[in-house]
Amino acid sequence: MILNKLSIGKANLEEFSATLIELAEKDRDIIVVTSDSRGSGKLEPFAQKFPGQIVEVGIAEQNLVGVAAGLASAGKKVFAVSPACFLTARSLEQIKNDVAYSNQPVTLVGISAGVSYGPLGSTHHSLHDVSVLRAIHNINIVVPADNFETREAVIAASESKTPFYLKFGKKALPVLPRPDQKFEIGKASVICTGTDIVFIAAGETVAPAYEAARLLAEKNISAMVISMHTIKPLDKEAVCSAAKKCRAIITVEENSIYGGLGEACASLLMQEGIKLPFKIMGFPDEATVTGSQTELFTHYGLSDKGLADAALQILNSDYEKR
Amino acid sequence: MKRFTDKDLQIKSILYRKALLKYIKTANAGHTGGSLSCVDILNVLYNDVLNVTSENFSDNNRDRYIQSKGHSVEALYVVLADKGFFPESDLNTLCKYQSVYIGHPTRKVKGIEFNTGALGHGLPISAGIALAGKIDNASFRVFTLIGDGELAEGSNWEAVMMSAHYKLDNLTAILDNNTLQISGRNKDVCNPYPIDEKFKAFGWNVLTTDGNSIVQLRKIFKEIPVGNAKPTLIIAKTIKGYGVSFMEDQKKWHHGVPTDEQYKLALEELDQELKKYK
Repeated sequence: MILNKLSIGKANLEEFSATLIELAEKDRDIIVVTSDSRGSGKLEPFAQKFPGQIVEVGIAEQNLVGVAAGLASAGKKVFAVSPACFLTARSLEQIKNDVAYSNQPVTLVGISAGVSYGPLGSTHHSLHDVSVLRAIHNINIVVPADNFETREAVIAASESKTPFYLKFGKKALPVLPRPDQKFEIGKASVICTGTDIVFIAAGETVAPAYEAARLLAEKNISAMVISMHTIKPLDKEAVCSAAKKCRAIITVEENSIYGGLGEACASLLMQEGIKLPFKIMGFPDEATVTGSQTELFTHYGLSDKGLADAALQILNSDYEKR
Repeated sequence: MKRFTDKDLQIKSILYRKALLKYIKTANAGHTGGSLSCVDILNVLYNDVLNVTSENFSDNNRDRYIQSKGHSVEALYVVLADKGFFPESDLNTLCKYQSVYIGHPTRKVKGIEFNTGALGHGLPISAGIALAGKIDNASFRVFTLIGDGELAEGSNWEAVMMSAHYKLDNLTAILDNNTLQISGRNKDVCNPYPIDEKFKAFGWNVLTTDGNSIVQLRKIFKEIPVGNAKPTLIIAKTIKGYGVSFMEDQKKWHHGVPTDEQYKLALEELDQELKKYK
């Protein structure tokens, strides 16, 4: 398989905002709720176009989510937009009770997620969001890898009768190959096929996983890359089928290595009785070093080179065992 | 809506008290004191104020009632049963294995809008519903019952500020001001007073009434200012455990199940009270 160099698209947040404008043009019930976050959410154009469809609650994330649930219960299609770090920690109880448990179709949009805020530090990082939300019943967790997945996820969430969490970073992202041109919530997207190793990645780590596959191709190692955009409900079939096609698995996520995509896959494989070399790449359980998102990805082995090295290591140890 | 006399509602309050004690006794669990303190408020809301029936419950223009102090769910269940949302006999399953009638409001029960019970949630949710009403130019009103101990939750104050900002005059919060919470008097636990001045400072209308008087409650709900661009707080001064002498104003009855003897005494007192209206 020939792996082409990727061109650069927009930041997912910009695609989110553009998609939302499109939806709002056709649907007056689309309401955006923000916590002094319309600027960081790239929502100024939306606010200018639809001033009656944006609600500002001020820097008050608990109220943001409660109000969003109330609006949704009265028939509004609500997007609650706030930095992921605050949205999923400070208002976790509102997410659990008012949205998920009360089954209100709110789409929670965690912006500037993961380590997008880079050197602003751990108060502003959200490496816990996927882990904590996975333990809450009745919420779809979607981490789009590029603009295509973002657009599709926003449309799917707006049409859904159940709660969603969407996780978006800040930086412009590469346009990933789409061999099957399809997007479905709960169905993983294969970015490229391979037989030696599979990277099961999510969000902004899919592009470096793809670049790692290109580096590995130069060494005649065939790597598969899967965008596991929906972390819950997990596409179990995609994980098991990739495990059967490849000799090793590396999961990649901009999240703590505890409780996220990696552990979801590990749990599944163990319980399915599928045993093969397996590594979780993400943020370790330590105080995060200072740096930009790119620097942090490199530091924690989530860059293209870091992931390629991890693949070589796991495949070599696999060879040694044989 | 059927027009009830004050006497009709006074009798209902006694019957509600008897019923909620019965189901708490059957369940061997429940928030007795708080349910007894707020049941008159619920009585007047559902029988005199709210445009909510089991028939119009899926109509988007119905009035909304959100019980923020969710632990007093037994009072809500008996009132909803009386209003025909479900057969009262269902409450024999209260808190029992696989029952939908759990110990806090749940949407599994017809007539309940939101799953509440964690404190400080009802006001933000109600503000959101009221805001949707404003956006749609709808005529429905939103009512939420909050506890006085609950006011320590910061999320309330986020919603109080925001509701005034958006001029939500279709929103009324009723404070079940029985002055007691699980550990003791509010003023000793973490003093929330003066509550009226705090809400006024945030830009709310504030009305005060006797929250265990049917006559006063009916009057105060009619006094909610219409179209003055402010949300309203009704401070309903209540007595925890109201209606059963030995349960009144005692923190130990926050939750507590009467013994057989206590249950018998309570019913005797309530039946005695009932005789006054016959």
